[in-house]
Parts: sequence; structure tokens; C-alpha cells
Amino acid sequence: MATLVETLTSALSPLKIELSSDMPVIIVEKTRLIEAIQFLVQDSECCFTFLTDLCGIHYPDQNPPVLGVVYHLHNMVKNTRIRVKAFTPVSEPVIPSLTGLFSSANWMERETYDFFGIRFEGHPELKRLLNMDDMVDFPMRKEFMLEDPTRTDKQDAYFGR
Amino acid sequence: MPTMTESPPGVSGQGFFLTSLEKAVGLARKNSIWPLPFATSCCGIEFMATMASHYDLARFGSERPSFSPRQADLLMVMGTVAKKLGPVLKKVYEQMAEPRWVIAVGACASSGGIFDTYSVLQGIDKVIPVDVYVPGCPPRPEQIIDGLMKIQELVEKEPLGWRQSAQYKAILAQYGIE
Repeated sequence: MATLVETLTSALSPLKIELSSDMPVIIVEKTRLIEAIQFLVQDSECCFTFLTDLCGIHYPDQNPPVLGVVYHLHNMVKNTRIRVKAFTPVSEPVIPSLTGLFSSANWMERETYDFFGIRFEGHPELKRLLNMDDMVDFPMRKEFMLEDPTRTDKQDAYFGR
Repeated sequence: MPTMTESPPGVSGQGFFLTSLEKAVGLARKNSIWPLPFATSCCGIEFMATMASHYDLARFGSERPSFSPRQADLLMVMGTVAKKLGPVLKKVYEQMAEPRWVIAVGACASSGGIFDTYSVLQGIDKVIPVDVYVPGCPPRPEQIIDGLMKIQELVEKEPLGWRQSAQYKAILAQYGIE
């Protein structure tokens, strides 16, 4: 593990690298994301050839507020995993697409766009995956209200407000 | 309330029985409702019990659940309807021939239930008109049967020409149908 951290630090010069309880986590500049993941896939020591998961995350209280994407990669031979994160300000929610490296990223990026409004640059068909096409909001962002405004049977008096 | 076997009010003599056409039609329709189950979640499981031998929906003339909307009289919506499914439900309703009735079974179909959230339709009456609401999460088969009997009551008492009336057309127009 220590050698892996050394390799990654020297090869990728990440913003941050840490050993969390389950797997190492590296945070990279979004401009170097593709390069970093390409290295993790192709390097003979890393060989994280499988994209387990890809999802969005929103930190509205940071200054400036940021949106992030978390990638989970898996080395099928050694059964080791790694987590990669990249962040972008909410005002400019653009992250490079991973579809060139993993076909499985296609729908996962569409889902992340659907719920967080993160635009994946280079995605072949970035449109909503699960929600209504005419939806304008991104429901997993923290500012999105939990209760549906079209609800009609909930009277405020019953809820003490 | 007359039971299934009871005849409507009328004049009877030896070998004949006179009643109004409206009542005769009501009696016939009431006891031959073909339901279309639109079951999406746990209320659908309760409906399966309702339909099966123990509770036996067939006792009320609903022997044949119709899985095509074109031959169905009653749309039974049982379960959570996602917003994305709303247009599909509306299309199913539009394909049903008149006269048609709708029953919303369970909290989700009636009001969205516990799913007060962006993805769930907050009651099917947002897209189609509903005749009877059955509360419960999920309702027991007895409640679903009670709902069906309420529908039977509506069917029996429906005046002739109601479906052609301006009042009925206005109700449909509220939902943008026809």
C-alpha cells in the first residue's frame, strides 16, 4: 500500500492522497482527471481496470460551493480498490467524461447529470436517465426541497407550521 | 341497498317485469364490471388476494380481469405511480371505452402516500379523474371489495346519457382528455 501511495504521488501529483479505512483516496485536479484514471487503468502496478461506481456529491457549505464526482475503481487481479475524487465549482459544473475509457460510465454519468446537474464534457448523449425529461431541477442538490410542491393533502396546520 | 339478486323497483305481474331502462342498464352493468388491474406495488399484492379464491372478486361480476384497456370498464390503480409513469397511465385511461370508471387503491394512488418526493405522482387524480378512493397502506382485501362495491353503487345509479353530458365532458376537459 505504501508503495502504491508513493507511485501515485510521484506519477499523478494529486491534490491530496489519504488512506481511508477501506481504500486509498486520491483527489485530483479535474483538468488532470482523465490522465490520472488512464494511469490507474494502464499502469502495470495499479491495473485498476474495472469502474465499480461513479456518483455525484454536493458540498453547498464550502466556499465556493462545490460539486464533485467520486469514482470507485477495482483491480480484479489483486482485489484491491481505489477511490478517485474530482471537484468543480457549482457555478461551472463541468467535469470531463470517462466514456472514452469505460463504456460503463455512459449511463452512470447520465444519472449523475440527471440528479446533480454535472455536465460531462465529451459524453456522447448527455440527457436525463431516470427523471422526467421536462424536469428542470437537479433533485440531489442540497437546496432542492424535500417535499413535493404538487402535494395537496398535507395541510401545514397538521404539521405545526 | 339492493343486493345482486334483488330486482330494481318496478311493476311485476305474471310472466313480466316492468322497470325503467336506466335501472335495467344499471343492474346489468353493475354486475358485469371488467376490471383492468394497474398494479405497481404492494397494493397490487393485496389485489391479487382480493382476486383469488378466498376473497373472490368474481362474486361481484368481475370474473374476468381485463388486461387490455379496450375491453375494460374499471381501471384499478393500485400502488405508487412515478411521475414518469403518469403519461402512461393517462394513455391507458384514454384507450378505455366509455363508460369507464377509476378506483384509486391505497395511499400512494390516492395522494402519493409516504412518497412526498420529486419522483412520485402526488395522487393519480393529477392526471385522470377518479371515482372511488380506497385508503390504507396497503388496504386489506375487504377494503378493496368495499371500494368495488362503492363503484357498483355508482355504476347502478348512473343516469342514462351522463357520458354524453356537457357536465361529464367538462370533467374530462379538466384533465385535457378528448
